[in-house]
Amino acid sequence: MDLFLDQLANGVSNGVIYAAVALSLVIIYRTTGLLNFAQGEMALFSACITWWLTERGLGVWFALLISVALAFVGGALLERLLIRPVMRTKNPLNVVIVTLGLFLGVNALAALIFIKPGAEAPIMPELFPDEIVLGPLHADGPMLGLGLLLAATCLVLWALLQKTKLGLALRGVASNADSAALVGIKPGQMLMIGWGLSAALGAIAGTAAASTASNGAFDTSLMQQVLVYAFAAAALGGFDSLLGAVVGGLVVGIANSLTVQYVHALEGIELVLPFGLILAVLLVRPNGLFGRNIVERV
Amino acid sequence: MGASAPSRSMLLLRIVAGVALAVVALILPFTNNPENNQIFSQVLYLAIAAMGLNLLTGFNGQVSIGHGAFFGLGAFTTAKLMTDQGMSFELTIAIAAVLAAVLGVLVGFPALRVKGSYLALITLGLSVLFPIVTKRFIKGPGGVPFLQPKRSDFDSLITGLDRDQYAYFVCLLLLVALFAAAWSLVHSRAGRAMIAVRDQEIAASTVGVNVARVKVATFALSAAYAGVAGSLSVMVDGGADASNVLLYFQKSIEFLIAVVIGGTATISGPLLGAALLTFIRRRTSETEAMAPALLGAALIAVVFVLPDGIVGGLRRLVARVRPMVDHDPEGDATPDAATPSPTPSPS
Repeated sequence: MDLFLDQLANGVSNGVIYAAVALSLVIIYRTTGLLNFAQGEMALFSACITWWLTERGLGVWFALLISVALAFVGGALLERLLIRPVMRTKNPLNVVIVTLGLFLGVNALAALIFIKPGAEAPIMPELFPDEIVLGPLHADGPMLGLGLLLAATCLVLWALLQKTKLGLALRGVASNADSAALVGIKPGQMLMIGWGLSAALGAIAGTAAASTASNGAFDTSLMQQVLVYAFAAAALGGFDSLLGAVVGGLVVGIANSLTVQYVHALEGIELVLPFGLILAVLLVRPNGLFGRNIVERV
Repeated sequence: MGASAPSRSMLLLRIVAGVALAVVALILPFTNNPENNQIFSQVLYLAIAAMGLNLLTGFNGQVSIGHGAFFGLGAFTTAKLMTDQGMSFELTIAIAAVLAAVLGVLVGFPALRVKGSYLALITLGLSVLFPIVTKRFIKGPGGVPFLQPKRSDFDSLITGLDRDQYAYFVCLLLLVALFAAAWSLVHSRAGRAMIAVRDQEIAASTVGVNVARVKVATFALSAAYAGVAGSLSVMVDGGADASNVLLYFQKSIEFLIAVVIGGTATISGPLLGAALLTFIRRRTSETEAMAPALLGAALIAVVFVLPDGIVGGLRRLVARVRPMVDHDPEGDATPDAATPSPTPSPS
């Protein structure tokens, strides 16, 4: 039973990270209809910035805050400088190539600037204590902490999107950019903010992933597997649903860690599971568990 | 045919370019060292795989990031049959193509349910899963998923040709055959159905195109191209490897890049794209640690400079130069030629 709970906790902490990356993918998908392959590497880069700041003596939480702010600016700039000019071209695959180019480039930049080959691996300080004791209750620190962090992030995101004027404008552009422009919203600005938000979320996810990696030591491959799981999570939940991304992330995380523990037939090929899940869900519900059906005109 | 009938000077230009290309392609392996010939052969099999993806993504509108898996299946089929059964290499190419096509059908059916980004994701899963599953079931010497047929099994069947030259010519022969097949396919009734499904799926079905059959058949054919390419890669690179989990994902991306920077939905695009990609990669790899960063930057730069690929860029160039050299009043002077449209226009 203890083993089961351990695996469950492990699954939840991983699931939270998948969910955060999935959320950032969904935000970009909703605003631009684009799969951002560079999302994981952008998160890695932000994690490197957090680490670099902690090396300069900042507290890890303060460092995370700065890194989130920088990521927001960086994401917005990426949208304006690299994505938007290409979105205008006729071939929708061009922008996919740009995100793939970013995938390669950002990863290599992180290696050049922060993670030099041969040097010691950077170690991210822990965000949460190993164990949180509340009276008689003992809880797994990373699980509880990350869970709360995700919940807080979702709450902020939800309030931003549903309760503010900015959120209304963002949703307006996502559902129909032309109509939104007619009522005075600047779609360009909203796209930049969307990418900024997504990159900021990525910064949280990347830092969290680094801090839970083996004793906080991480390298440039940190986010690659995470990205695959996050894609699975987003597809599971429906690519245009924020709630779906969170549920999908947790399901994939928990299912994965339980498979690792209990299903020996899949030893070494645990990745089969998330894709089996995606396939099953998409065959039954092509738009994901929480996605909307889109009616198409001829 | 295309949107405008080519004028006589255009036709001449094409013939001259084609003959020049053929001569260069035939002389190339005799004037270069084996190392360079290996690179040329890599360009050729990369182009074959990219053409397969182009049939699916460019002409049929189904985005796949899973063609690395078909490529890998082809490679492992060939390597396994050669090491275990002692089969001759040339025979295994056909078997690899058939097996890849079968896997293509298996993927093509669920792919009918999903579109666009979702399809990209499912196929992404395929290419990530492939090396993992292979690792589980294929054990080469030393327990690593790496199969290496004997070098002598790839000996030239034609006297007078070295092994590397022979490999080059096998790749070249298949490239010419498969590109010619692709050309005649997209200019046939079936090809027009593929394009119609890409442009207006529902409209295509109302005029009697069996959308599901066209899509699954295109998937299978496209997978077979990738399988042949994988099979050839065993001869060129000496083995089939699945020790790196992300290898076949990277292959899938390479194919996609070759298609897009060459020119989506064109016949010569995949070859030009494969050549440019290989060139950029060779150039950037000299810089060691900077290589991936430069490769990434170069890709983005190519998309910025040539939004419609090399072929699109060439067409614009020709359209701009032609009025200066073309005095033939019969020649079509439609300004339309200046706007690059995906070749063969469906109407």
